[in-house]
Amino acid sequence: MTSETDKSATYTEPGVAGLVSDWAADKQTFDMPWGKIMMWIFLLSDTFIFSIFLTSYMNVRISATDPWPNASEVFALQIFGEYVPLLLIAIMTFILITSSGTMAMAVNYAYRGDIKKTVWLIVATALFGASFVGMQAFEWSKLIEEGVRPWGNPWGASQFGSAFFMITGFHGLHVTAGVIYLLWTARRVGSGYYEGKDLAIVEIAGLYWHFVDLVWVFIFAFFYLW
Amino acid sequence: MSETAGQQHPIGIYLKIWLLLFVFSAFSYAVDYFQLQGSLRWTLILIFMFLKAGLIVSIFMHVQWERLSLKYVLFLPLFAIAVLITFMAIEGDYTYFTRLFFFGR
Repeated sequence: MTSETDKSATYTEPGVAGLVSDWAADKQTFDMPWGKIMMWIFLLSDTFIFSIFLTSYMNVRISATDPWPNASEVFALQIFGEYVPLLLIAIMTFILITSSGTMAMAVNYAYRGDIKKTVWLIVATALFGASFVGMQAFEWSKLIEEGVRPWGNPWGASQFGSAFFMITGFHGLHVTAGVIYLLWTARRVGSGYYEGKDLAIVEIAGLYWHFVDLVWVFIFAFFYLW
Repeated sequence: MSETAGQQHPIGIYLKIWLLLFVFSAFSYAVDYFQLQGSLRWTLILIFMFLKAGLIVSIFMHVQWERLSLKYVLFLPLFAIAVLITFMAIEGDYTYFTRLFFFGR
């Protein structure tokens, strides 16, 4: 909204009184560019999608009468003849957190006006994201080779496979989309498309990327560790 | 916009949070590595999960510095998810016992 009232609107009042005045006064409710609030609304809807996935996983795991496969053993990797539990998943977790760190710094440098650093930090984030997807592809191929299918697996409850492929697959899809989105953002920022404009666009891309990391925190806890 | 400059904070805070996220991730990995079991395992997993999620949302996604009107939009709907989880947990237990009762396995 770009009406006259918006320009004079203030968003200084804190707390509940501020909440009331944000909604009731003659101004736009949210003190941010429209793209940012739209991203937040999208992320809220995405939160519901992932929550439904994880809740249905919880439901089938509670109701399964066959023993649930032990994720710690299923996802173990053999290093120098020894089985290390969840090694690849741990590496993937650290990589995603690192990418979130570089993204946060990219947002920071964008608001400082340091275009060069912003672009390189976004590219670094995208590369970490791409390596995450690569490891996930490796993990999927390994499990498929061992006989995990959406309808069954060698170790126990057949619901394990469908929950695994749905949840990690949907998350991997988000990471892949995020990598493309980030590279596009880096290209536009680097080519001077936003010159003289607000670089909130980087923060909006950052919100999406941090959300992907956030979802992984829950998947890691509930699917791999529980 | 009152904050035309957007979210500006010293770079150090991101590095600190980054480090904390690494430490918490290492802790939650250690829970599995040392094969802690039972309620101790579940409590620790949940604690580290919520600590990490909280840091990402409040600092990396800047929610801590956002106005209350946005926070309510983000957090009030989560109540519906809590209700869903509760219902589905009850439902799951019911299905489990029904299966045991009728199929004996």
